[in-house]
Amino acid sequence: MTSAVSFQKVSRHFGKVKAVDAVDLDVAPGEFFAMLGPSGSGKTTCLRLIAGFEQPTAGSISIFGERAEGVPPYRRNVNTVFQDYALFPHLNILDNVAYGLMVKGIGKAERHKAAEEALALVRLPGFGGRRPSQLSGGQRQRVALARALVNQPKVLLLDEPLGALDLKLRENMQEELKALQKALGITFIFVTHDQGEALSMADRVAVFNDGKIMQVGTPQDIYERPSTRFVADFVGSSNVLPPDFVQRYSGQHRWGSLRPEAIRVGKATRGDGVSARLVSANYLGATTRLALDADGLRLHAVVPAGTKLPEEGEALVLTFNRDQLHLMDEAG
Amino acid sequence: MSTANSYRVAPAILPAAGGIRGVLSDAFWRKPKLLLILMLLPPVLWLGVVYIGSLFALLLQSFFSIDEFSGLINREFTLKTYGDLLQAANLDIILRTVTMAAAVTLASIAVAFPIAYYAARYARGRWKALFYLAVMLPLWSSYLVKVYAWKLILAKEGILTWVLAKLNLLWLLDAWLSLPIVGGNSLSVSFTGTFIVFVYVWLPFMILPMQAALERVPGNLVEASSDLGASPRQTFWNVLLPLALPGIVAGSIFTFSLTLGDYIIPQIIGTSRLFIGQAVYSQQGTAGNIPLAAAFAVVPIVIMGLYLWMAKRMGAFDAI
Repeated sequence: MTSAVSFQKVSRHFGKVKAVDAVDLDVAPGEFFAMLGPSGSGKTTCLRLIAGFEQPTAGSISIFGERAEGVPPYRRNVNTVFQDYALFPHLNILDNVAYGLMVKGIGKAERHKAAEEALALVRLPGFGGRRPSQLSGGQRQRVALARALVNQPKVLLLDEPLGALDLKLRENMQEELKALQKALGITFIFVTHDQGEALSMADRVAVFNDGKIMQVGTPQDIYERPSTRFVADFVGSSNVLPPDFVQRYSGQHRWGSLRPEAIRVGKATRGDGVSARLVSANYLGATTRLALDADGLRLHAVVPAGTKLPEEGEALVLTFNRDQLHLMDEAG
Repeated sequence: MSTANSYRVAPAILPAAGGIRGVLSDAFWRKPKLLLILMLLPPVLWLGVVYIGSLFALLLQSFFSIDEFSGLINREFTLKTYGDLLQAANLDIILRTVTMAAAVTLASIAVAFPIAYYAARYARGRWKALFYLAVMLPLWSSYLVKVYAWKLILAKEGILTWVLAKLNLLWLLDAWLSLPIVGGNSLSVSFTGTFIVFVYVWLPFMILPMQAALERVPGNLVEASSDLGASPRQTFWNVLLPLALPGIVAGSIFTFSLTLGDYIIPQIIGTSRLFIGQAVYSQQGTAGNIPLAAAFAVVPIVIMGLYLWMAKRMGAFDAI
């Protein structure tokens, strides 16, 4: 089966800056794909390369098997939900949503009907007569989504789609986006710097750093089996363990990772384990996150709420199952 | 530890600053409207009394009439002067001026758009400074100097004729000058010459507001339009132009009204036929017919009012 989007050794350089550097990428049709990374890691440039706003310096891009280099955005059946929505301020909501159909020459009655349906799909029926400035951030976001979906794109690109929304709205939209993607079966590619968002929504995640992809995999792969220190550090809150430490438990001199919930915290009466001191405790609601100092190595552990917490500075012993210790690709 | 101590020593509320300045700052802070009124009073007096007042006096004059035998002004309300305005010769002047103003405005829009677009979208840093310099520089030299310079450029013995002759394109100029209305003996004594100089002199007044309007159009709207399938031409007509419209209208108010009122350019460059500004000048000067001059002067005001009303109806100010 042909990929929805395929990158072969794609680079995009701006002068000396390698925004995207020899990236290989395959997104399957109908997939909900996340590009995760810190700002400046090249994820947004990748999105813009798919949309056609940027052209690759080297390499080739195919969209559903068709070569896309040199093809302008308006000839790509790909639509984007922009980070700040980019709604046209001089048009009302209905004409905003119908814009794509209007420029294709579809008659007024027909395109307005389609726009109404798209607005109903994003649960904004009857909002067509309003101006973008009269809508809240969450509503504008839905309009931007409707405006893209009404064109029935082969691929929908979302640039930090939930970045400007508050927490509650963001959680609702995450569920809605995922349900919408399932129902429509369109390939969604979204860019985010929020690992929680990427892990909870995507079928697969690509982690970007310095213009390169560090790891591609399912959220479970990325979270439980990070391949590099960067991924372990950036995705979630795993403890990154240096090779000397790892060698003691696994016999291999490699970098490792250990999830905070895998660490058991005990009183320093039994000597078997890693001795450590409590530095601070952060109350997070369902859990409490403990910052620990194990002989200069900073570790984090998570304990359920209601656990009796040790005192700050108290000597503790940390234990974990050895099979919970994940070895990364990087040797020491 | 000393820092913590100094926090403890500092009072929660600071003492009032002494003197009249301290009292005034506190008073203005409590009653911000007082400050606003004080700041607005001088310009409101200037605009309200001096400017609106003289405008009103002008309006009043236009409802008086002149006694044709004695040449004295009859200070009684009448519409006779406005009737005079409708005489064929005077209507010609109005029509000629409005046509010229419209042509100058359209040409300014066409010439200014690419320049303003470049400046708003692409020019950065030193190129932007260069843009402002290039646009503003002509405004630094006297308007009369520029107009006389153009007279030399456009004259029959001028540099333009010389360049066209060298390029073997003189036939093009001759063909244009042989056209009725826009033609003439040379460019400097034709309406074409008047038009060229008007466009040159008013161009900065079109470029600057247009550039300001285009600068406020977020770049991602252009991308969004393209993303949704609009060709560059469609993006121009559906996104850029409507969003730049407030700037275009602002610029055209300048070019249109300045052309309607100008009496120097058509006098130096062009035919002997009058424009509104020249008519006002001669009526209030040599002819001594102040009421007719006033009535002529009301015409641009009415036209500008109509123009703004139309622009508003077309939605030019909706995006502001």
